Amino acid sequence: MGILTIGCFSSLVGSKSLDFTLKLAKTAADKGHKVNIWLSSNGTMIGKAHQKHLKDYSTAEKPVRELLEKGVEICECEACALARGIQKPEAIEGVQWNAMHWYLAKIYSSDRVLHVGGE
Amino acid sequence: MSDIKLAYIIQRPPYKSETSTLGYTHAISYQVVEMLLEDGQNVIPTVCMVGEGVLNLIKDQKAMENYGVTSIESHGKNSLLVDLDMLVCKEDLERFGIAEDRLLDAEDMGADKKLQIVPYAEIQKVMEDSHHLLFF
Repeated sequence: MGILTIGCFSSLVGSKSLDFTLKLAKTAADKGHKVNIWLSSNGTMIGKAHQKHLKDYSTAEKPVRELLEKGVEICECEACALARGIQKPEAIEGVQWNAMHWYLAKIYSSDRVLHVGGE
Repeated sequence: MSDIKLAYIIQRPPYKSETSTLGYTHAISYQVVEMLLEDGQNVIPTVCMVGEGVLNLIKDQKAMENYGVTSIESHGKNSLLVDLDMLVCKEDLERFGIAEDRLLDAEDMGADKKLQIVPYAEIQKVMEDSHHLLFF
């Protein structure tokens, strides 16, 4: 089994890239691969708890919690989150907060890296 | 495997989005990644400016005056200061009519590194030699 690291910089709302990232991560994890997800820029909104699932919008809290239960490591850029008014106590439990070197370190040991850019 | 080569391909213009800034900051973070790696493991980054990405390198940007944010020029200078290799696509500079003397350097900060203006073929070679590509 391999190690897949995905960096996602897209927002949850307004783009399907983050939604795609979560689905791809689930598929890879279900196949037994180790998956890491780095969230930066607008992607950091994914880590905020108490998201309301309105049917016109993508939702992430439930899939994120399921991925965490599967052992997927999810980390978001602390500076990007704070700049968007997201505070650590509001984060989904289990989502890590760190800086960009976390992403580089995960890339180091990855077999494949998928970098999903932002807007 | 001790060294991993990463190519950061910055192709977005400055200020229109956060993208090019994030390219710089992610590349600069190689300076501290060793904290999370074992002894002898290294990340070797190369920043490549292509397309509209070359616009990030124009000197005398007034971002603080106009937008109240750190200029992307300062990120470029800091990249040189921390010894990042920075390749700039020669053909794209010519396409935009940007002469070399309009580009930033970090001599005033004491950097040894300078921008390397190279044909696209050389950037292509860097991408082919890298383990992973990160597009910004």
